[in-house]
Amino acid sequence: MSVSTIFYNTIVKRNSVFVTSIFAGAFAFGVGFDIGVTAFWDRWNRGKQWKDLRQKHVQEE
Amino acid sequence: MSNQDYYGGGQQQYYPPQGPPPGQGGYYPQQPPQSYQGGPPPQGYGQQPYGGQYQPQPPPQTVYVLPAGALKNVSTAVGARATTFRTVSRVRFASSSSTSSSAFQSFLSSRATLASATIAAVGSVAWYTHLYGTLPFLGEVHANSPEEEGLHSPHYPWSHSGLLDTFDHASIRRGYQVYREVCAACHSLDRIAWRNLVGVSHNVDEVRAMAEEVEYEDGPDDKGEMFQRPGKLFDYMPPPYPNEESARAGNAGALPPDLSLIVKARHGGPDYIFALLTGYTDPPAGFEIRDGMNYNPYFPGNAISMARVLFDGLVEYDDGTPATTSQMAKDVVTFLNWASEPEHDERKKAGLKAVILFSALTAISLYVKRFKWSYIKSRKIFYNPPVDKTH
Ligand code: HEC
Repeated sequence: MSVSTIFYNTIVKRNSVFVTSIFAGAFAFGVGFDIGVTAFWDRWNRGKQWKDLRQKHVQEE
Repeated sequence: MSNQDYYGGGQQQYYPPQGPPPGQGGYYPQQPPQSYQGGPPPQGYGQQPYGGQYQPQPPPQTVYVLPAGALKNVSTAVGARATTFRTVSRVRFASSSSTSSSAFQSFLSSRATLASATIAAVGSVAWYTHLYGTLPFLGEVHANSPEEEGLHSPHYPWSHSGLLDTFDHASIRRGYQVYREVCAACHSLDRIAWRNLVGVSHNVDEVRAMAEEVEYEDGPDDKGEMFQRPGKLFDYMPPPYPNEESARAGNAGALPPDLSLIVKARHGGPDYIFALLTGYTDPPAGFEIRDGMNYNPYFPGNAISMARVLFDGLVEYDDGTPATTSQMAKDVVTFLNWASEPEHDERKKAGLKAVILFSALTAISLYVKRFKWSYIKSRKIFYNPPVDKTH
């Protein structure tokens, strides 16, 4: 069976499964995309954001 | 210009469609006119056989194809005004020919030439305007002299000026200290509450302690009296003066503006404020300056009521950064920039996400369009003329 047939039979065939997997897929993509962008963002702005400073000021007390 | 100019002055009118003159093709040019001679007229289309007397036809309901020479005939009929059109069409048809003059002509009329000439023209005007500040060949008259407008501040390499750069929060923290110890004596910061500093430049315990040092009036209590209480996270930054009048009275009539949005409120933004804070000099010879005013080339009018406030070593940073004048100016401007745009870091991050998502969606929709259209664009339509069975 080709990939597209497996995809069709397991996901698309039943509407309940199809809709649920779209919602779950959107959620998973949202989380994953945010993790990816944030990882890049924190590398690009290393040492500038509050989360990089925070440690210093907690230890003072 | 009348309709007649368009349609050839009454001769050889092609609209409403009448079919071409005899012997120059027909609605179905593939069929030679002679093919109907002698035979019975084709069913359901025109009772008049072709080739004999020419009769105007009603517009057919079907799409019809112009004979190959039709465009040429129109342009001849329209006359001299059609010369350009004819040249262009001939050049286009000849674009595959290899003679040098037509290669030159097809170069002249190619889209790439048009696009690059447009880019070159627009680009050079934009470059000139960027370099000299005015459009080329257009004189300008200004009511203000450059002195009255103030010197343009240079661009400084802010740690947050890039499209993907956040504020330098260590600098915001130092800048808050400069604001608190220097500027807060004269300038309010109405729109910033203590809680806004939490998670930006200080942790919550530090902010709570700072707020508690300030007394706020609250009330009324159950006896109807106002009372003083230590500040809380939700309180806004305390103003130095109770009202505008006392602020003016304390500053020789000049009102120190609120600094919450000052970076957005001034042309040049952070660059201007940095240049202003570090730009104090002695007035040039001949510049008359009133008592109590200070010379600053960046301030419009060049005479500002605020004296120079930043001097080397004025504050002592707790992270050990040397407190030079320019360091303090940079830090306080970063702080004020944050106060004007507290959403700055999140905004740029959301912008990055939006650019990634929208370019992916654009690529997908372009692909889908090409995919769907590939079928339409690669199909062929055949016309099979009816076979004359009588021969
Ligand atoms: C001694 C009081 C005083 C102090 C301290 C002070 N200022 Fe001012 N500031 C003024 C006054 C008064 C004006 C109004 C000047 C005018 O309109 O001529 C002003 C105006 C300004 C302006 C507006 C300039 C414009 O383009 O209209 C800015 C920005 C500014 N101050 C920033 C600061 C910063 C940043 C600090 C702290 C480093 C500071 N000031 C400290 C009194 C003060």
